[in-house]
Amino acid sequence: MAFLQLSGIEKYFAQHRAIRGIDLGIERGEFIVFVGPSGCGKSTLLRLIAGLERIDGGTLTLDGRDITDAPSSRRDLAMVFQSYALYPHMSVYDNMSFALKLAGAAPQEIRAKVERAAAVLDLTPYLQRTPKALSGGQRQRVAIGRAIVRSPKVFLFDEPLSNLDAALRGQTRVEIAKLHRDLGATTIYVTHDQVEAMTLASRVVVLRDGQIEQVGTPLELYDRPANQFVAQFIGTPQMNVVRSDRLPEALRRQAPRAAANGSLGLRPEAVAVAPRGHGGAGSASGGAGEIGGTVELVEALGAETLLYVRTGEGAQWVARLGERTRCVAGDEVSLRLDATRALWFDDAGRVVPAGQALAA
Amino acid sequence: MERLPMERLPTERLPIERQPMARNPLARAPTTTRRPAPFPLATAVRAVAAWAVALLLFFPIAWLGLTAFKTELQAVAVPPQWLFTPTLENFHEVQARSDYLLYARNSVVTSVLSTVLGLLLAAPAAYAMAFFRGRWTRDILMWMLSTKMMPAVGALVPIYVLAQKSQLLDTQAALIIVFALSNLPIMVWMLYSHFRDIPPEILEAARMDGATLWQEVRLVLLPLGMGGLASTGLLCLVLSWNEAFWSLNLSAAKAGTLATLIASYSSPEGLFWAKLSAASLMAIAPIVVFGWFSQKQLVQGLTFGAVK
Repeated sequence: MAFLQLSGIEKYFAQHRAIRGIDLGIERGEFIVFVGPSGCGKSTLLRLIAGLERIDGGTLTLDGRDITDAPSSRRDLAMVFQSYALYPHMSVYDNMSFALKLAGAAPQEIRAKVERAAAVLDLTPYLQRTPKALSGGQRQRVAIGRAIVRSPKVFLFDEPLSNLDAALRGQTRVEIAKLHRDLGATTIYVTHDQVEAMTLASRVVVLRDGQIEQVGTPLELYDRPANQFVAQFIGTPQMNVVRSDRLPEALRRQAPRAAANGSLGLRPEAVAVAPRGHGGAGSASGGAGEIGGTVELVEALGAETLLYVRTGEGAQWVARLGERTRCVAGDEVSLRLDATRALWFDDAGRVVPAGQALAA
Repeated sequence: MERLPMERLPTERLPIERQPMARNPLARAPTTTRRPAPFPLATAVRAVAAWAVALLLFFPIAWLGLTAFKTELQAVAVPPQWLFTPTLENFHEVQARSDYLLYARNSVVTSVLSTVLGLLLAAPAAYAMAFFRGRWTRDILMWMLSTKMMPAVGALVPIYVLAQKSQLLDTQAALIIVFALSNLPIMVWMLYSHFRDIPPEILEAARMDGATLWQEVRLVLLPLGMGGLASTGLLCLVLSWNEAFWSLNLSAAKAGTLATLIASYSSPEGLFWAKLSAASLMAIAPIVVFGWFSQKQLVQGLTFGAVK
């Protein structure tokens, strides 16, 4: 049994089944990220683990102990809230020492632990201030400090970065990653931002409608998504997914039989762009994966360029180019699709494993 | 039990009926000023209007204060006397004829204890409603408030009978219970809206930090909700102190509050304006002084947490 084991966890809000039988094992020291669109139940699942909502079905065990019905205070978990939820009437020091005081730790031990955490988080000069007198980033660090002084069994983070501005968010993300590496603490982290999920997680749990869509390392999810939802949720810009009837004939013939009425998925970096006719359309190298189209939009991001191209079949493709381009909207280009990196989905959105019988 | 007419409610307003408003002292104020820079007209008009309203509101109380120091004869003189030699005779007589201190003690005990009782009942209710909202929370709150729309007299007979059957007529206990219960809806509402201003995550954070329910309440909720509790308590204290309907009906010589003391000077032997005024002044003075000191809290409380 895993360190933290979720077995058939269920949650109902009135008649609505918000969490639908979640099974998940989390090993000691893992950094697990729950990710999914809003309303998918990721925060609810975290709150169920935290004990802030009652579990309506299934069991939850932590380190061999059944904590399904244990109150939050007896679960030995620490949580960092999106709104920080600092105690406004206490100093930073008191905020960070609160849990230790409740646990009845010795005063010298409390002082030592709080000061060590404050040093790690650059909070030493602010220990006597109240949260009101701190900036957003500092409050965030106090919230993290409040969690780490207790050395809990599991850290829970509920969208901890969404109240920070973009620059600070990136910086704090790096700090959290470093903190996890240094402390090696088991962590569950909820976010809707797949960049946070990809950069922080040792394993990502993609949720939709209260169910797990896929669990895997960030690159597993990127390279081998289980279905179209995961494929499109992970990665920016989104994976190109084009219905097979909008594919050029040559490409459509390569579709496995199960995906004949489904669609093809191709990451933007597997789409190359050449000026129309360049390299000779219909030449040997062209073949299956080459289509003509019109540039609709060019997004020059500096390090890379995103090209949005509409083909004659009416499909829109996004190409990610490593180099700059002189293309402008309205240009005629030809797309080279790297069919070896393509994923085929059946009409229900499931991935059809390669090597199945071809449709043609 | 001494039955008193119910329609004689707080008597501070009585003298005003005898005293036409034309006597506004402002009318005699000098209109010229010696300031080097003339006052902007608009400001002056506004200041005069503000003073006029303030004096208008204060006038009955001022008149009450004056009358309390007159003899009975001076009190009913027409035209009213502005200049007279003040006398303390009325106060002595009020104390001699009826035990002022007894009534005062009853007032203090009933209003303080009913406030404590009310807070003990209202705070847990407001906590539950603010932080563990259910499907019916809103409806329950509305229903509780709606009981305040009912005229108190509608519940008079059942409550009187209950008090009588339980041997509580003319006891402090009866008043404490009735005051607390009649203030309960407004207390729950006030505390509820104050508690709603506390982000629930702060309490959840305390739970995650290992706080038991009692620790969560004592170390987090109470410090954060202290402003709301204080203003709710203050308001309840004032409301209980001023309560006249139930004290007139449920108490008499033993447990009577200052409100009943005032009323007793208005009935049995005809009207004695000066003594009535003295009694009234003695009844309202403590709560007015108290109100002055707690004004800020009260105003904050009455804005229901809207102004922070």
